[in-house]
Amino acid sequence: MMDDLRHVENDVTTQTKITARGVDVFYSDAHAIKSVDVDILDKTVTAFIGPSGCGKSTFLRCLNRMNDTIDICRVTGTILLDGEDIYDPKVDSVQLRAKVGMVFQKPNPFPKSIYDNVAYGAKIHGLTRNKAELDEVVETSLRKAAIWDEVKDRLQSPGTGLSGGQQQRLCIARAIATSPEVLLMDEPCSALDPIATAQVEELIDELRSQFSVVIVTHSMQQAARVSQRTAFFHLGNLVEYGETGDIFTAPKDPRTESYITGRIG
Amino acid sequence: MSPFMMLLSIMVFAASGYFFARRRAIGMAGGDSRKLASLPGFYGQNAAYAALIPGFAVFLAGSILTRISVQNDMFGLWANLVTRFPNLVPTLAVAASAAALTHAVLRSRPDFRARVAAESWVLSLLIAAASVAILTTVAIVFSMLFETVNFFGQYTWTEFLFGTTWAPDFRGNSALGILPLLWGTLYISFIALLFAVPVGLFAAIYLSEYAGPKLRAVAKPMIEILAGIPTIVYGLFALITVGPMIRDWLAQPLGLGSSGSSVLTAGLVMGVMLIPFVSSLSDDIINAVPQAMRDGSLALGATKSETIRQVVIPAALPGIVGAVLLATSRAIGETMIVVLGAGAAAARLNQGIGEMVNPFEAMTTVTVKIVSQLTGDTDFAAPETLVAFALGLTLFAMTLGLNVLALIIVRKYREQYE
Amino acid sequence: MNTPRKGSLLVQDARTKRRNAAEARFKAYGLAAIAIGVLALIILVSSILGNGLSAFRQTEIMLTVELPEAKLDKSGTRDLEVMKKVTTLTYAPILAKGLKDVIAANGIEIEGLTAKDAGALISKEASAQLRDRVLADPSLVGQTVQITVLASGRIDGYYKGRVSLASAELDSNVTPAQLLLADALKEKGILVTKLNPAFLTAPDASDQRPEAAGLGVAILGSAYMMIVVLVLALPIGVAASVYLEEFAPKNRWTDLIEVNISNLAAVPSIVFGILGLAIFINFGGLRASAPIVGGLVLTLMTLPTIIISTRAALKSVPPSIRDAALGVGASKMQSVFHHVLPLAAPGILTGTIIGLAQALGETAPLLLIGMVAFVREYPAAYTQADGLFGEPSTALPVQVYNWTQRADPAFFERASGAIIVLLVFLLIMNAVAIILRRRFERRW
Repeated sequence: MMDDLRHVENDVTTQTKITARGVDVFYSDAHAIKSVDVDILDKTVTAFIGPSGCGKSTFLRCLNRMNDTIDICRVTGTILLDGEDIYDPKVDSVQLRAKVGMVFQKPNPFPKSIYDNVAYGAKIHGLTRNKAELDEVVETSLRKAAIWDEVKDRLQSPGTGLSGGQQQRLCIARAIATSPEVLLMDEPCSALDPIATAQVEELIDELRSQFSVVIVTHSMQQAARVSQRTAFFHLGNLVEYGETGDIFTAPKDPRTESYITGRIG
Repeated sequence: MSPFMMLLSIMVFAASGYFFARRRAIGMAGGDSRKLASLPGFYGQNAAYAALIPGFAVFLAGSILTRISVQNDMFGLWANLVTRFPNLVPTLAVAASAAALTHAVLRSRPDFRARVAAESWVLSLLIAAASVAILTTVAIVFSMLFETVNFFGQYTWTEFLFGTTWAPDFRGNSALGILPLLWGTLYISFIALLFAVPVGLFAAIYLSEYAGPKLRAVAKPMIEILAGIPTIVYGLFALITVGPMIRDWLAQPLGLGSSGSSVLTAGLVMGVMLIPFVSSLSDDIINAVPQAMRDGSLALGATKSETIRQVVIPAALPGIVGAVLLATSRAIGETMIVVLGAGAAAARLNQGIGEMVNPFEAMTTVTVKIVSQLTGDTDFAAPETLVAFALGLTLFAMTLGLNVLALIIVRKYREQYE
Repeated sequence: MNTPRKGSLLVQDARTKRRNAAEARFKAYGLAAIAIGVLALIILVSSILGNGLSAFRQTEIMLTVELPEAKLDKSGTRDLEVMKKVTTLTYAPILAKGLKDVIAANGIEIEGLTAKDAGALISKEASAQLRDRVLADPSLVGQTVQITVLASGRIDGYYKGRVSLASAELDSNVTPAQLLLADALKEKGILVTKLNPAFLTAPDASDQRPEAAGLGVAILGSAYMMIVVLVLALPIGVAASVYLEEFAPKNRWTDLIEVNISNLAAVPSIVFGILGLAIFINFGGLRASAPIVGGLVLTLMTLPTIIISTRAALKSVPPSIRDAALGVGASKMQSVFHHVLPLAAPGILTGTIIGLAQALGETAPLLLIGMVAFVREYPAAYTQADGLFGEPSTALPVQVYNWTQRADPAFFERASGAIIVLLVFLLIMNAVAIILRRRFERRW
């Protein structure tokens, strides 16, 4: 495990992108997230780790208000994006989600062409003025997602016709085409084979130069590989949060240590 | 041997057969029922089935054969036999029953697997039931095909399929072209779908994507009720309420028609009838679109309506097309609404476009004419009556085509998501 | 692309506002569609109720009539055969006289009223009514009896809003003087409009007597047919489903059968009528317009519905149940009949009731097998000549159709009333189905 650690370059001064204070989430009466405080930094990959059901995906979904789509879910507390409370009644989640993108566990390309999949976000938010600009957006996104070379000759073929790994990279391209500032990734590699996983992980490392990336993962090794900051969740509580290296070599909380050494989880 | 005696005999055979077969098996096992290959009851059951099933089967087949031969002058040999021996069929039935029973009782030995035999009898009944469904389709096609061939013996098929006038005359020299009727059918169906598809689709979208549980609990059942109302009720509604309303408020003021029966009347009422049909089919189809797809769109910052319009509906499109095809099939085959709402006058295709497309004209359909030609007082063998079978066959072919097409499309669509 | 929006989240930009407006419009369309559906239902039901509820009330006149022996039983022997020869034509004047006496006794005087006019107040059905009563009890001859008779159709229409003094001027079947007479009688309590259960029990009546037309024959005919459908379609449907779902091998043939059944469910009902006419009546020689033929046709129509819902019920029983039964050594057939079928029973029952409800409302196929005729006698369940359910009959929805084809607009009221009866039956059946489903529903 120690050999897996890659010491990742850390920027000296990184801004705080998202500030969460006292966040609680309830599913009807079930208390899923218990008073979480965390600062997500910009241009950094932050990993959420923890055993199944500990609430890491739930908390992730708070950051782009995707929990709004679930009727029985209630969120309290403050989450600030660039200093603005995203749960303020004046905030339209449509605008929020243009700034905070999401990639899901199972790739979910639309039943449209590859081109249309990537262009979708840009079109609905009116980010381009003409076809030429749209073409450029699509190409740039596909390049950044490291899939351009594989699909450039078949942009009109259906997105669902790609392999699993390609589909997930397509979904990443789709998410970054709206120029978000934060990219949320909910176990993006769990449905992929090892080669595709490696490709996506490499991609994440490149993406962090432009976005703040938050990645939920059930693989500690993956967290150690890609992230600079790690937050450990357990039973709805944020148990420990710090630099990835420290979490894995010198955890402060005994629960963290139990998880890392495999005693729980 | 009268039918009543036959019934009695077979019952007695069955009851006694049960008793004797069971006893024989146990007896041959020396009184120890554990030595038997099956539970004792099954030996009895096997014998009872053997008594009942062949007997009743022979009776049913024989009676039907007799009835057919007498009515249609077929199977002369059989008809002669039955005339000479009036109680032939019940006697044969009893004989069959007795024979099968004897066979079953003789087989009742300890090593005989009676349960398997008894279950085979039951299976044979199940298969017979399943074949009724196939036989029905065969009967439908056969019944219409036979008389249609008769019809085409008296009236050429080209005249029928391509003739543009419908003017039956019982003195002979009728013009029996289907095109005016087809025009009426398709025009009315078109208006009905024009109304029902948007309304049904939007209602389904709202109920499955936006409505809260309270609205769903009230609105969904109300729309389902519309589906359960018999078409005669819609027909009466068209005749008494909608027709006069359209005539008085729209047709007469516009000077476009003065009849209570019109394409618009029948089309509107049929549209109302189709709303729940389209709505519930669309509801199933929309729900089949995976939530992951909606989440993907919402996460990109799309509004709900954008997600529905640009992701969900395109994904559901094959299914929706299938639903529209099924609704079309239903509209084409509808009878009572058009009988009471569209009148009996066939469209006149030779009088210019204006009259053809005037929705306030009375235009009858294929189904109405089937009813009117078959319930008139005319000679059954006349072409004016037989044409109804040709009309029926055409209708059947059209709806069959639409249904199969819809089935193929929906199956392909389901494969996408499962 | 590389210019991320710097706009504040707290301010809705113009484009978002437009998109939200589009969203609101979209929702409005959806709500409007639902409103259209609900509104259509309400208009339909109110229209039917408005036109039909009055059919359950009828205007009647109470008379006292003398039954003279001289006219009704010339032989004086009270012999039924002799008395039957006296036709309703003889009874009519007796009633007219009774009315005349009542008018005189109450001192009613109406200008322009002739004796014939007065007599026309009474329904033409009444003389048949009186005759039946006398034949049922010949001892009444020579006495004076009280009898309540139906008022004629136009008078009834007057009290239901169909006829007015103004329209009576133009109507050849009624005069304003008659209406005034009716009012006068009503004041004295001799003429009343009250609840009329005979609407449900009386047989149909001819064109000129809408006031006497009833649903008795139709309800009986429909009941017979429902019995036939239940007895035939349920066992055959369940047996076929069990075979197709549990025993049939999964190959192209069974696939074809599936397509066949789902197609049969979508075949227009009129095609089944053609089938009934061609096969059961022409080929098979069964009697036209007999409930047995109607029942057979409806059975074939209901079969696909029952098969489809039974298969759904069987499919919903989890495979673990079947496996458990097989695991203790039951045969396939035993696992199906002892375990799966009982668990699927509520779903099967619900599907059957719904299938029956659909069959009850079917009209087109019954028209084709001859039920358009005017039937006045209650069909017997079994006769030697015609067999089981073999006597000609009509059915509830067909009766509605029949009545819409009559000239007298009073029949529209009858037709609407008949529909109310039909809808009540359907409501009860569907309610029973829903209650059963709720009561026995299992969630796996």
